[in-house]
Amino acid sequence: MTAILSFQNVAIARGDHLLLRDLSGAVHAGEILHIRGANGVGKTSLLEALSGLRNAEQGEVVRAVEPEACHWIGHRNALNPALTPYENLHFWCAVQGVATDNVRGALREFDLQRVAEHPCRQLSAGQKRRAALARLVVVRRPLWFLDEPLSALDEAGVGHWLNLLQAHQQQGGAAIITSHQPLRAPLQGLRTMELAPDSGTRGQA
Amino acid sequence: MEAFVAVLARELRLAARRRAEWALPLVFYAVVATLFALGASPNAPWLKVAGPSILWVGALLAALLSLERLFRGDYEDGTLEQLFVSPQPVSLLVAGKLLAQWLVIGLPLTLMAPLLGVGFGMGAEVIGVLILSLLLGMPALVLTAGFASALVVGLPRTGVLLPVLVLPLVCPVVIFGAGAVRAAESGAPADAPLYFLGAILVLCVCGVPLAAAAALKNALD
Repeated sequence: MTAILSFQNVAIARGDHLLLRDLSGAVHAGEILHIRGANGVGKTSLLEALSGLRNAEQGEVVRAVEPEACHWIGHRNALNPALTPYENLHFWCAVQGVATDNVRGALREFDLQRVAEHPCRQLSAGQKRRAALARLVVVRRPLWFLDEPLSALDEAGVGHWLNLLQAHQQQGGAAIITSHQPLRAPLQGLRTMELAPDSGTRGQA
Repeated sequence: MEAFVAVLARELRLAARRRAEWALPLVFYAVVATLFALGASPNAPWLKVAGPSILWVGALLAALLSLERLFRGDYEDGTLEQLFVSPQPVSLLVAGKLLAQWLVIGLPLTLMAPLLGVGFGMGAEVIGVLILSLLLGMPALVLTAGFASALVVGLPRTGVLLPVLVLPLVCPVVIFGAGAVRAAESGAPADAPLYFLGAILVLCVCGVPLAAAAALKNALD
């Protein structure tokens, strides 16, 4: 089975400071890679390097899918505070070149139909997070990069997201996720990569 | 192309919601031009001579006021990341943003200038050249300032850094823009400076979107 994403001897730096080195691993279809580690260890930078947003300091990242076949949801929600969730997602669809038909349905699925026409600045942190995650439903993509997807989500939100992840994984999708919370649902294909400062991985991915 | 239109529509919608963004530069422009007149002695002859450059520099400063935050919001809320993971060339999306910025900031200032020009005692023909020079020069200013604001987007506080970066770069625009108006005032043909403005504009339109996209990528890295 060929990997949907693989990386070899990757090193991550922030400014002049080397955060991580000698990271290697691969993610196959139907697998979920959970990246864990202390604050500041370089989880987000690693995720950005794997997704192609940032260049790795050393090493090689090989993605078997085009960037437009990936979902990137960073810790920032990419919602303009003056626009409504609907307008934000509609704009996102147009820029990504995908049909806008599913936007309403996705917002409903994330229980946002009541605030769909309110400017995002009036939304709570959890509602904004839901609106950002609704992109996962607007268009199906085989590889997800999610940076702290659960931050600010309530219990129902976390549960819903875990169901979504499970369905994604069962359909052969892959995901790379940084999260401090344990991903507790009975997820098959879940692997954890524990990052330690400047020493490579403990659990090899 | 669809994405270009989407960016344009989004920026215009944002401008419609945040009216202060385009109304304040207009007020600023009117106040600055008026202050020059108030500071001079009544009917001072030099005021008429300095009119072109006052109107040009006033428009330039008013445009700069609002351009510092051109990419800041998108950078801070994460929209920029989404643009970079999209299948579209980022330079195209940046071009959409810059065009919207000209429509929202540059064009109103261009339309305001003739009113102030009347105050400086300009005749109809001179005002025609003033409008023409601003129509060619304002987009070049917006583009140059857009590039500079892409360069400084990652910095926490820019303050006067943006004007310091932009003002030297736009010297030619001011020279030829005010020069065209001065030429018209003295009855000379204004074609040559207007052609120069056109050439600068073409250069900016071709180069700035690419350069700004590269600067934004650098800010994310």
